[in-house]
Amino acid sequence: MTAMQPTIIRLQNLSKTYGNGENAVHALNDINLDIKQGEIFGVIGLSGAGKSTLVRCINYLERPTAGEVFVNEQELGQLSQAELNRARQSIGMIFQQFNLLMQKTALENICFPLEIAKTPKKQAVQRAQELLEMVGLADKTNSYPSQLSGGQKQRVAIARALATNPKVLLCDEATSALDPASTRSILSLLKSINEKLGITIVIITHEMSVIEEICQRVALIDKSRIAECGEVREIFAHPNSDIAKSFVFPRQQAVKAMLNKNCVRVIYDGQSSFEPVIANMILQFKQPVNIIFANSKNIDGKAFGQIVLQLPDDMPTAAKMLQYLRMQGLNAEEITANDNWEVNAQ
Amino acid sequence: MSTEVMMNILSSETITTLYLTLVSTFFAYLLGLPLGIILILTDKDGIHPNRPINVCLGIIINILRSVPFLILMVWMIPFTRMMVGTITGNRGIIVPLVVAAAPFVARMVESSIKEVDHGVIEAAQSMGAPTSKIITKVMLGEARPSLLVGFAITVTTILGYTAMAGFCGGGGLGKVAVNYGYYKYQDDILNLAVILLVILVQIFQEAGTRLARKFDKRL
Ligand SMILES: Nc1ncnc2c1ncn2[C@@H]1O[C@H](COP(=O)(O)OP(=O)(O)O)[C@@H](O)[C@H]1O
Ligand SMILES: [Mg+2]
Repeated sequence: MTAMQPTIIRLQNLSKTYGNGENAVHALNDINLDIKQGEIFGVIGLSGAGKSTLVRCINYLERPTAGEVFVNEQELGQLSQAELNRARQSIGMIFQQFNLLMQKTALENICFPLEIAKTPKKQAVQRAQELLEMVGLADKTNSYPSQLSGGQKQRVAIARALATNPKVLLCDEATSALDPASTRSILSLLKSINEKLGITIVIITHEMSVIEEICQRVALIDKSRIAECGEVREIFAHPNSDIAKSFVFPRQQAVKAMLNKNCVRVIYDGQSSFEPVIANMILQFKQPVNIIFANSKNIDGKAFGQIVLQLPDDMPTAAKMLQYLRMQGLNAEEITANDNWEVNAQ
Repeated sequence: MSTEVMMNILSSETITTLYLTLVSTFFAYLLGLPLGIILILTDKDGIHPNRPINVCLGIIINILRSVPFLILMVWMIPFTRMMVGTITGNRGIIVPLVVAAAPFVARMVESSIKEVDHGVIEAAQSMGAPTSKIITKVMLGEARPSLLVGFAITVTTILGYTAMAGFCGGGGLGKVAVNYGYYKYQDDILNLAVILLVILVQIFQEAGTRLARKFDKRL
């Protein structure tokens, strides 16, 4: 569906340099990116890669040093401050530290962007109440942020960001300060918002699990540049750049240390179901195999990943097993620790 | 001196002290609050960085803050006469009080607003808030407890200045202390004046701290 949708955010030759002369930091270098209306787009990279700078350029919290930012067909660099403020009302943003007004209740926090948009008070309160209900906090209307958990604060922040009916929601490490359970519930809230309201969501994160969980497409940022960009499932199946490989195979080094003779790697790319194949193989050959490494993920209802197996020492059996796996339509290959096997990822 | 006369003097001079303090505080905030906000906005990490304005304002404030109040009062005599036509009486005293207190207020306000999390200001910017809303709703709103504490400190400081002004023709409890304690060695009325000053400071300080606590929703 993403391919059909019009572009809502376009970054063109975007660069951002902090400071100048000797102290200059090139946080972004010639970034080109198209984000489609209605998609959940991920941006991942290591700390300091330039992710926050990138997302902050999308609403001009950070003014790019060069290049253009188009949102809703407006080039933000061309706008006056007043026009930019108006454009920002259709670009919501949430943050790692929530950034709620600590002296205001949940309801008052959500009313704030409506007040900025000059919505009449009564209407604003009603809208805020609806939003609190939508994020599951109808009973926290008059609570102050200090009385809420991290996950609840982020829900208030999401409700606040959605108050003015934005077309885009920017999330800068929105789950990085949360425990795993709150992270999952915030991600599923974002997913349902995306589905229900059709809002385009841009997710910045340093965690691959966040990308897997909700993103359709992802850009990997490495050293201020986009190293790779595409469908999440594609990148899981065929990571090309070093940074993509390090995110897709985080335990690469540890696995390599365990590799012995007769090891095969089976790549699971959403074509067939995997577990029964291994189980059936063991049943058929009546020989155990050792699972050295398994990393399978459910993406959009299909499983992706890879399993590294150590086949029996007995060479003829191992060869037959390999043949068996291939006959099941799986992509299986022999590997040794010396192989640069992630490069050959099919 | 009869007790009754003493009480009359003390009560009317206490009222004068309160009057001088509160009127000066009002004008000190009228000047100091915007100055404090300008300091914050024009700071290099502020939302409208402007080095020349920030540096000039900072220097003026520092100069006024470093001149001791009594000397400032003497130094300002020509200016005071120009402004209000006299250098004594309540009117003549309020001018130097305000000039001494406004820079103090500006620094108090600046430090209170500095405590506001920059992330919250950014969140407001991301919603398209104009500067006026960021000042009133985010900076002043979020700094409210700290501003109240600062207000209490300011009031008590100005109260101290009014007492000093008693040496230079100002009215109030300071004048009582000077006239009866310093020139006439009447220890009883001097002691009472000091006790009243202490009580006033306690009341303002305590009220400010309590209000701040009551208004702080972060607890
Ligand atoms: N306001 C700033 N001034 C100077 N350097 C900055 C500023 N913000 C970010 N940087 C630098 O830019 C680079 C990218 O930062 P950032 O976009 O925050 O990375 P990420 O979000 O991926 O961790 C880092 O080297 C960081 O130190
Ligand atoms: Mg960041």
